[in-house]
Amino acid sequence: MGATVTTTEEKIWGGGNEPMGSSYGKMMMWFFILSDALTFTGFLAAYGFSRFKFIESWPIADEVFNHFPFMHGVDAPMYYVALMTFILIFSSVTMVLAVDAGHHMKKGKVAFYMFLTIIGGLIFVGSQAWEWKNFIKGEYGAIETRGGSIIQFVDKDGKRIALDKFAASIPGDRAHHESSKGIWFASEGSLPTYSIAEVVEGFKANPDLLIRTETLYHTSHTGDDLHPSLNKEKHKTILTREASLERLSQAAHVVEGASLVRNEYGNKQFANFFFFITGFHGFHVFSGVVINFIIFLNVILGTYEKRRSYEMVEKVGLYWHFVDLVWVFVFTFFYLV
Amino acid sequence: MAHDHNLAIFRGKLKFKSNEHKIWGVFIFLSIVTIVEVVLGIIKPGFLMKPFITPFEGGLGATLMNIILSPLVFLIPLNLIFLVLTIVKAYYITWDFMHMRDERSSLRRAVVWTFVFLALYIALIFLIEGDYIYEVYKSSAIKWNF
Repeated sequence: MGATVTTTEEKIWGGGNEPMGSSYGKMMMWFFILSDALTFTGFLAAYGFSRFKFIESWPIADEVFNHFPFMHGVDAPMYYVALMTFILIFSSVTMVLAVDAGHHMKKGKVAFYMFLTIIGGLIFVGSQAWEWKNFIKGEYGAIETRGGSIIQFVDKDGKRIALDKFAASIPGDRAHHESSKGIWFASEGSLPTYSIAEVVEGFKANPDLLIRTETLYHTSHTGDDLHPSLNKEKHKTILTREASLERLSQAAHVVEGASLVRNEYGNKQFANFFFFITGFHGFHVFSGVVINFIIFLNVILGTYEKRRSYEMVEKVGLYWHFVDLVWVFVFTFFYLV
Repeated sequence: MAHDHNLAIFRGKLKFKSNEHKIWGVFIFLSIVTIVEVVLGIIKPGFLMKPFITPFEGGLGATLMNIILSPLVFLIPLNLIFLVLTIVKAYYITWDFMHMRDERSSLRRAVVWTFVFLALYIALIFLIEGDYIYEVYKSSAIKWNF
């Protein structure tokens, strides 16, 4: 037989072969990650599209995400997301340590590191929930004009003022509509704390108050409606008192916090993308925690010890690192850039 | 494969004794990069807030230069630094935590090149299109933001 000629062919077609030197499961995990990464790319690119489209009215991230636990009223931009990033990177480290322990067939160590990874993942999801809570609740409140743009309130030094600091109290009989009272097929979301009339009256009663629009100020901008001294480059434009009063006559909604319809931070798309992208990422973290937990149980039960291979840990590890990888990009595009 | 890890990072300039050491080394490196990002993001140094080069004006040559030097013309240096540092972080997470460094080059290319090509493609199209719509809104006769 011409065995010498055909050995390689027998090797290829004889089975038990690993293309690209990678086992089936690991390779498929890589290609799943590839497709998932492209999904996130699509989302982030869409975010970039909307941001470029509304480049002058996009909210400034530092002003939106400036909360830190137990430090109420302190302006702490970025610190909390930075902490979240560290937690996620650290849980990535414990994951890769678990994979490494798996290579050395140390069952106890694998279980311990996977446990730490799960804890890190849970802390991260919890942090994200807290971040959402602050975002949805809002801090200052704002007014949406008839044209759909958001106007916010500042004092004479350009510092933000919350609605409850100045809104007048006008007794009114506008009640929250429920389907049990009146038209049963119509419903409405919760009413804002203040009516437009109360905000407008309060604004008129406080001569120091000014309005900040959602447009970014640039030194080339001119006009007698711009405040002469408070405007700074790359900050939102502040109007003069007269222009503020005129702009306020256009008020259409009182906005407190954020929903998918409108938000007090500025452009509507901003909140929608925030909810969608961080929500989708949070869902990935959550499913990562669940998958990690299943594999953790298997490690404890000794499934992989019997199999003489901890490759499953490696596969979920890949997924977990991918979640971390996505966060690195979300962090950059939502909070830094 | 699984057991023989490539223990050198920074193109072989930094070698580690064991895989565990390498993991901690990469973690420290990623932490430093993140701290740099956060500090820059909080301070926002003034000299990094304006593009280094003002756009060239004139004929085809100027347009070409604007395209070639676009990261320096249209991006403020701060954002350019953030983008570069993000890609650096992504590289070390993929290469060392996900062990891409130890995979065969065929798998590496199949995954990474596919992604890089498609991601750049969609980002380019979406950002150009977004900027175009911004210009239309800005210069159109319709008053859209009041």
